[in-house]
Amino acid sequence: MAVRDYIRERFFPHLWCPGCGHGTIMGAMIRAIEDLGIRKKDIVIVSGIGCSSRICGYLDFHTLHTLHGRALAFATGVKLSRPELTVLVPMGDGDAFSIGGNHLIHSARRNVDVTAIIMNNSIYGMTGGQYSPSTGYGDFATTAPYGNIDRPFDVVKLAMGAGASFVARTTAYHVTSMIKIIEKAIKHKGFSVVEVLSQCPTYYGRKNKFASAVEMLKHYKTHTTPIGSKEKEKNPELIERGIFVQEELPEYCEEYEKIIHMASQGG
Amino acid sequence: MKKNVLFLQGNEACVEGALCAGLDFFAGYPITPSTEVAELLSYRLPKKGGKFIQMEDELASMCAIIGASLTGKKTMTATSGPGFSLMQEALGFAVMTETPCVLLNVQRGGPSTGLPTSGSQGDVMQARWGTHGEHAIIVLTASNNQDVFAMTVEAFNLSETFRSPVILLLDEVVGHTRERLIMPQPGELHVVERLKTSVPEGTNYHPYLPREDGRLPMSDFGHVHRYNVTGLAHDMWGFPSTNPEVVYELMRHLVDKIQGHRTEIAMIKEFYIEDAEILFISYGSSARTALHVVEDRRQRGEKLGLLELQTLWPFPDGIVKKRCSAVECVIVVEMNMGQILQEVKRVSDNPEKVFLANRIDGSFIAPADILNILRIIQGKGA
Repeated sequence: MAVRDYIRERFFPHLWCPGCGHGTIMGAMIRAIEDLGIRKKDIVIVSGIGCSSRICGYLDFHTLHTLHGRALAFATGVKLSRPELTVLVPMGDGDAFSIGGNHLIHSARRNVDVTAIIMNNSIYGMTGGQYSPSTGYGDFATTAPYGNIDRPFDVVKLAMGAGASFVARTTAYHVTSMIKIIEKAIKHKGFSVVEVLSQCPTYYGRKNKFASAVEMLKHYKTHTTPIGSKEKEKNPELIERGIFVQEELPEYCEEYEKIIHMASQGG
Repeated sequence: MKKNVLFLQGNEACVEGALCAGLDFFAGYPITPSTEVAELLSYRLPKKGGKFIQMEDELASMCAIIGASLTGKKTMTATSGPGFSLMQEALGFAVMTETPCVLLNVQRGGPSTGLPTSGSQGDVMQARWGTHGEHAIIVLTASNNQDVFAMTVEAFNLSETFRSPVILLLDEVVGHTRERLIMPQPGELHVVERLKTSVPEGTNYHPYLPREDGRLPMSDFGHVHRYNVTGLAHDMWGFPSTNPEVVYELMRHLVDKIQGHRTEIAMIKEFYIEDAEILFISYGSSARTALHVVEDRRQRGEKLGLLELQTLWPFPDGIVKKRCSAVECVIVVEMNMGQILQEVKRVSDNPEKVFLANRIDGSFIAPADILNILRIIQGKGA
């Protein structure tokens, strides 16, 4: 199928600003799904609130556009009640790490087979450029006019610490590897966290002296490196990308099937 | 056939009702005085192939049951005051997206942490208006185990009929009182199953286009029809809309589908109404005390009657107004500072003849609390 076969054109034009990275990530999600050959009726997209969460309406699957931060809780309900469905959760950084931080760590701990694709642009875009839990120290935002004094989460470490069985990072610049990583995350039996660094030229870029979306994409190219590369040894400031964790752990829905088996035999 | 009689708590009677109504999925978080519901369902649901999950908080619990409901399952959560407050945003999402589910709130003393182990009826108005925005809601209550069972089944039935969340508003006294429950015989129970669309694959299905009778057939996530569900104002496709005409139609539909059926939804019980001169109006555990006073005073020839409300919202205006007009005065008996009292005054032709007998200190309302008010009204002094 062509990319447009996965899109609800009725919804267009989309609301993303020119230069936004989110459309690239949506394209990568579609290509990953196409490569995996999953039927449209077997996919549920659950999202929260924010620019990234609007992906939900644009995609021609079962789509559930929910509350700020709560997408993973809704997704847990969907997946546990119908484990045969593939559940993808596109999220933003505010959605995933701030208001929804608790659901993120508990989803990781529980290992429900849901794929969280976290589109991290280090800013609240929908509300006009406030700092988020992934805005860097010293960065500027509409609520950090003197510079941000919050320390940002390292999302990969956060997900690993919470016990996620699949953790990866990529960027909106590295589209080909992003598609492969999303494919692997969907195929992984368990909770998958994929952080995708995504440029917001309108708010983060403008506040932090990036002249354009292209300049931000170039920044992803020059300031990231594959996991374990020699470049990283030379320059510890580089952000690593790739798959950090891919581990087979008991998946929640499968564990629950065992409970049902036990309970139904117990009389 | 031999009667199946159980001896159990109100919370357990609720579980029996939920299972008989077809509960498939429960998500919850421990909180006194509702915890027994979660404990029992964690044991019982997997026995019938259903699912139980203890979520990380009440917000997540309410969200999970909405997600599960959209896959075609009958779902429920249970909580009390603080958890009920946390669930309000997701409750509004269920209202807006017209997702059937049942929310049990076993009321305890509030505000805040309040009195976790004491009875209260302080959440009547929160159940009505707790979530933001104009909306209608169905709220049921019960005073004894037999009625807890029946109202739980009704909660699921109304939830499916009206594609709406339904709040079951019990209180700590009812939830923890042990008494008998006579289980219905097979086939005795009326259970409403979900109305599913008959639109075939390849034909447009409109998830938010009401039929002529106001009902909206559903399609499960995972079935052939793919559609959008959003908490944003939306059109018949489920697509976000800010068009004033579309929003107006949506708002009218959300409110009218419930308010327009208030007579059908109104459930009440009446005791010694025919010749009553003084009428008690009560609900939940308070109604038990009110009934005791009525029956006690009847033996002395005093013409008291009781109207017990089982539907709190939409408020049964018609029947309350009618019963108020037939008596000399009305005493509303409740464990708050007059939340239903104000509703009775609103519909009564003689609001100055509507009085309150209440208790707000965590103690269960006693006959003396009602008799003190009765004596003043009867001119027998304080």
